[in-house]
Amino acid sequence: MLRTPAVKVEHLTKRFGQVSAVDDISFEIARGSCVGLLGGNGAGKTTSIAMIMGLLLPTAGRISVLGEDMLAHRFRVLSRINFSSPYMELPHRLTIAENLAIYAELYEIPDPKTRIAEIAETLDLVPLLTRPSGKLSAGQKTRVGLAKSLLNNPEFLALDEPTASLDPDTADRIRGYLDNYRTETGASILLASHNMAEVERLCDDVLMMRAGEIVDRGAPADLIGRYGRDTLEEVFLDIARTPGGENAPPAEAAQ
Amino acid sequence: MSVTTPVPIKAFSLRRVFAMVRRYWYLLRGSWPRIIELMYWPTIQMIMWGFITLHLRDTSTWVAEAAGVLLTGVLLWDILFRGQLGYTLSFLEEMYSRNLGQLFVSPLRPIEMVAALMTISLLRTLIGILPAALLAIPMFAWNVFSIGLPLLAFFFLLLVMGWAVGMIVTALLLRVGLGGESLAWFIIFLLIPVSAVYYPVDVLPVWLQWVAFSMPPVYVFEGMRAVLFDGIFRWDFFAAAVGLNIAYLGLGAAMFLWSFHVARKRGLLLAGGE
Repeated sequence: MLRTPAVKVEHLTKRFGQVSAVDDISFEIARGSCVGLLGGNGAGKTTSIAMIMGLLLPTAGRISVLGEDMLAHRFRVLSRINFSSPYMELPHRLTIAENLAIYAELYEIPDPKTRIAEIAETLDLVPLLTRPSGKLSAGQKTRVGLAKSLLNNPEFLALDEPTASLDPDTADRIRGYLDNYRTETGASILLASHNMAEVERLCDDVLMMRAGEIVDRGAPADLIGRYGRDTLEEVFLDIARTPGGENAPPAEAAQ
Repeated sequence: MSVTTPVPIKAFSLRRVFAMVRRYWYLLRGSWPRIIELMYWPTIQMIMWGFITLHLRDTSTWVAEAAGVLLTGVLLWDILFRGQLGYTLSFLEEMYSRNLGQLFVSPLRPIEMVAALMTISLLRTLIGILPAALLAIPMFAWNVFSIGLPLLAFFFLLLVMGWAVGMIVTALLLRVGLGGESLAWFIIFLLIPVSAVYYPVDVLPVWLQWVAFSMPPVYVFEGMRAVLFDGIFRWDFFAAAVGLNIAYLGLGAAMFLWSFHVARKRGLLLAGGE
């Protein structure tokens, strides 16, 4: 029997009053793959992820995660997925160890102490465990958020800007860890990022969003080739700056 | 390393409830000013009403007949107030720390969060009220525990009403955001004039008595006076308060769940702030 995709999104739409934040998007994330969600500010990336994770109800459309309908049965799947975003924080006055312990309990992890020790070691958080969340730098907070999102060994992981505010060395190590995690566990990842090099390195497929719509998609190398560019960043700029260029490479690239 | 093996998801998990209680306990434990604040106001109120009682005892036959009536009233009112505040302030902590989004992508269910808020509200109320009640014994020769089992009934009736009001306030906070945080402090005081805490309910105009009898606290405070003045426990008042508490708890839960649904529609769980 064919395995269901990790994520299946069909005709997903979100309107806030007259404003269309996400407009009729459809895509799938295969099991074990990493898909990048790219787009400028306000393109609809965070809104799409929030709907996939069940934090935001869509205006229309269907979302299935690990074979479960997220609109009807999200509690069947929430213990098997996780999410990290710089827009959400952990309680400031609790130490990192306390915060992680609470989330380990919420996910009902069998041996929380071992798992926390393991993840703290991997993400270089051991010296920070006794510090309050509110006293961390932005980069440290990003790493702690990532640790929280990996506590339950998720089968599907949604990451919004996972290396935001990290120095190049730490960011590189985090990317390496995420890549290994996916390879070793077969987990699927949805990655929203403004870092094109990161997306090129980690993602099998890329969804390009603009004004709530998916305007192009494909493997990073295919997109680069199709647009006749050298990097994904150049492709991103082409798409962002091409008026009415949805679903088509700019004229010069198409020739 | 392997991904988590799928496990059956429980509709209600005590482990998740106690995880949240632990989180609120860590917050409380980590701040001694907060613990002092919990005890401070009930104790100050008790001392003030204790002296008022000493003064009125010689001039008012009503107070002289049941010396502890004002002190018991103030302590019971604080149960209602602290019960509501303990529930609401713990919820506000999640909004201050923009943590609602993190919580609700976890398997935590709204009903489990409500159970955790109720538990921490009980703990906070006990921490706040017990020192005041104990201090009244040596200071004013009034032992509220001498009321016996009826006190337990009054305690839980008021605590549950506090939770119901807490649910209504948190429902409003979910809708209006942190801009409405003062609701946590003042909404409960709408009840004080009609709860007949310090005077019998028949002092109120008739139309206001109807309002009073549509809410549980008045039955508790009238019941308290029946115990202190006549030495009887009014089961009819108890039954009315239980019935109304169930209704208000249902209303609070419905409002909270509706607001939670609206918050998911409007993206407020993700935003969290103002």
